[in-house]
Amino acid sequence: MFSEIKKSLLVSVWFMFLTFPIMVVKVNTIENTIIWRWENLVLVGFGSFFLSFLWRFMHNKKATKRRQDYKDALSKIFYDNLIENKKVFVPIIIALIIFILLFPKLFSTYQVTIMTTALIYIVLGLGLNVVVGFAGLLDLGYVAFYAVGAYTYALLNFNYDISFWVALPLAGALGALAGILLGFPVLRLRGDYLAIVTLGFGEIIRLVLENWGEVTHGPSGIAGIERPNFGFDLSIVGSINAIYYFVFLFVLVTIFFTNRLQNSRIGRAWVALREDEIACQAMGVDKTKTKLSAFAFGATWAGFMGAVFAAKTTFINPASFTFLESAIILSIVVLGGMGSIPGVILGALILILLPEYLRAFSEYRMLIFGGAMVLMMVFRPQGLIKSKRRRYNFESMSKKQLKERQNAASS
Amino acid sequence: MEYFFQLFFAGLTKGSIYALIALGYTMVYGIIQLINFAHGEIYMIGAFTALIVAGVLSVFNLPVAAIFVIVTLVAILYSSAYGYTIEKIAYKPLRNAPRLSALISAIGMSIFLQNYVLLAQTSDFLPFPSLIKEFEFLRPYNHILSSSGLVIIVSTFIAMVLLSLYIKFTRMGKAMRATAQDKKMALLLGINVDRVISTTFVVGSALAALGGVLIANHIGQINFFIGFIAGIKAFTAAVLGGIGSIPGAVLGALILGWTESFSTGYISSDYQDVFAFILLVVILIFKPSGILGKKTDQKV
Repeated sequence: MFSEIKKSLLVSVWFMFLTFPIMVVKVNTIENTIIWRWENLVLVGFGSFFLSFLWRFMHNKKATKRRQDYKDALSKIFYDNLIENKKVFVPIIIALIIFILLFPKLFSTYQVTIMTTALIYIVLGLGLNVVVGFAGLLDLGYVAFYAVGAYTYALLNFNYDISFWVALPLAGALGALAGILLGFPVLRLRGDYLAIVTLGFGEIIRLVLENWGEVTHGPSGIAGIERPNFGFDLSIVGSINAIYYFVFLFVLVTIFFTNRLQNSRIGRAWVALREDEIACQAMGVDKTKTKLSAFAFGATWAGFMGAVFAAKTTFINPASFTFLESAIILSIVVLGGMGSIPGVILGALILILLPEYLRAFSEYRMLIFGGAMVLMMVFRPQGLIKSKRRRYNFESMSKKQLKERQNAASS
Repeated sequence: MEYFFQLFFAGLTKGSIYALIALGYTMVYGIIQLINFAHGEIYMIGAFTALIVAGVLSVFNLPVAAIFVIVTLVAILYSSAYGYTIEKIAYKPLRNAPRLSALISAIGMSIFLQNYVLLAQTSDFLPFPSLIKEFEFLRPYNHILSSSGLVIIVSTFIAMVLLSLYIKFTRMGKAMRATAQDKKMALLLGINVDRVISTTFVVGSALAALGGVLIANHIGQINFFIGFIAGIKAFTAAVLGGIGSIPGAVLGALILGWTESFSTGYISSDYQDVFAFILLVVILIFKPSGILGKKTDQKV
């Protein structure tokens, strides 16, 4: 116990030293005034003293948990039940769907807008999940495709008065085209080289949007984009709700598609490519086609969502498509659990809704967001819901089948 | 011709700063294969510490040169301490986790540090006091190369030489090279890998802090966001030269600096960053492992 306190004291002294200049001193170099804020030092000292206890406690818990992982599989049973047992799973899903359908009736328009954003990010997360989670291609510039979609609708609407419904498939198609365009040069790259090139691609798109003023209206963006016309006249609130339902429908379609794709021929090719490129080629998988299709498929969803985003906010500018946005979408995928569709959905809801409801501490929310990302990774690096691998299970073969086999063998 | 030299030296100064930051990226990557996204923030914290210390010292009426030396040393000390702590908190527990987890942790750390400085200090641009007096002998050439630019080039050069000597001849340098080659084997031969990794972070952070102080002094203003774009550029430079290779990082940084300054000078200033990234994409298409990067054969 005494050694624990000593350890924490050392940590606390270290952090007081570390944060001293930035937390305590505030200088104004023009007027040459210095403000000393000693109260912050006390705060850091006490804070780090207690947090270090918590930190070690969590670490010990993680270490012991790893040892007991197989004996005490209570949480595992819980997860399995949730995902595999239809009796538990189906009512939860139905309740969730009813809740989502009734959401605009229960809550204010403000809440609906936030929820729509969260749903948009679910689709983006699922799209990126195809690229990063299934195919294992680390894409740090995913937001570029989102921008392509958004600007497609915004410019077509602004210049040629083209309606949302015509522009939506075009946005998806252009997103896919951009995906292939990015995919071609990076085919030979792997791992982190791929990451930095995609990051560069994202930045190029954003910088072009910012600087090509004659077409994109530069940093001031495009305002007054039409909301989609749902066939009947709607008030603003009505159209916000309509967009909400539309996006929800889109989420369902995306879940359906990605889930079906996961176990299809191409989905299995993606996973094989992720695991080992050379072995995968040796098995006769066309690397070029597989990689490009992953990029194109992931980018299509981003293109669609870009158009929806432009229609929802009626105003876009390049500031909405920064690297931070890509980082957030990637965090959704990794936090939720790479390759796991329920995980990505949960990740999107947490990462988008949490900062919104943390607005009470609006100043601190990005600080908490960053810190939470680190802690989450340290204590649960595989994500919230681990993706399940399909495997051929010998034990699950029924007794009857086994007996039949034995009979066949003995006769 | 004068214009050419002006751009040449502008690119060289910029490239030197990129090189100082890129070295941290490339060393860390070489040893634990992690893109340390928080490295740009270390550079920013170095610049902020320097500003704060300079502000405090201005009370004591010291000569400017003495202030400059003290400020640089304190900034290096603090940035190294930050680098060391970040490694312990955010990366060490993840050493055996999937690589993407460590990357997300690094992005989270970067967001955290940016907002930490934003909240504890300010979101405005702060003017940085000029700590380098104009050199007499440079006066006729002032429009081509300012004295702070000269200090950047010279100190970067000295830092590079010291770093290569350190890596080549000291015990720790040898241990670093061994760890970069094969971590498991190094561990078997009795190298304290944890200490090597910590040292790598400390050395990388010290170089970044030096870069931060020098550039803040050169440009004359800083804010909490400067680390982000500088970090991305420096990482681009490291990849350009072949990540994991130390001469590669310097070469990549200089090429990037010159590309930026010449393209701004002769073509258009709006697309400065676009040219940098296009250069990166083009080089990686033709040489996927960077200019000086080793081509590693993939085995099944």
